[in-house]
Amino acid sequence: MDDRDLALRNATYGLVVSLGRMPTAVETAAAHGIEAGDVERGWRRLHDGHALVLDTDTGTIRMANPFSGIPTPYRVEADGRSWFANCAWDAFGICAALGVDGQIETVCADCGEPIAVVVRDRRPGDESLVFHCLVPAAHWWDDIVFT
Amino acid sequence: MNLFRSEEHVTRWLRGSEPGATIPITTLCDLAYAWWADRVSPSWRPHTRDENQAILERLGLSGAFWALPPG
Repeated sequence: MDDRDLALRNATYGLVVSLGRMPTAVETAAAHGIEAGDVERGWRRLHDGHALVLDTDTGTIRMANPFSGIPTPYRVEADGRSWFANCAWDAFGICAALGVDGQIETVCADCGEPIAVVVRDRRPGDESLVFHCLVPAAHWWDDIVFT
Repeated sequence: MNLFRSEEHVTRWLRGSEPGATIPITTLCDLAYAWWADRVSPSWRPHTRDENQAILERLGLSGAFWALPPG
């Protein structure tokens, strides 16, 4: 990742936080002072470098990890807003990235029972739960949406 | 990468398939803070493969399952 793409990546993440959602290429271009086409080409390079994940059909941002661009089973209430995370790890990651307490709302992947976990002072309120990672680390990016 | 009420729920969910790795939610939380805390910093830079591997190892997540691909 060269300095140009790093600056675009950091500007994009800044917009995720300020807007509370994924920015469009036009919004990012306006904020970053470049053309929308340059944003789209830069995002493609960042996608190839695993710095974010694009929807391959629309070119919009599907994941700016730990944030999700689409609704998922992992909702996070944090910083006075509601976010979607890509997975359980990312759900805690949203509180970590924003530097705030929060609440994660999901369901047990097995039985479907609702789970709500308060995150306060970097600790989960319910310590009885477990996390299962199915895919070995060497293969997380083989299919990051499945992972 | 899912949450479960207990290890028994993980076992039932797997339906006999090969398991991955199950860790306590406290370890997951520590992992998330170590992995993601700098993610929206205006001065963020990519973690190296070795930096990320060190995060995993500090939390006891070692062995073949947690080995990241070569950088």
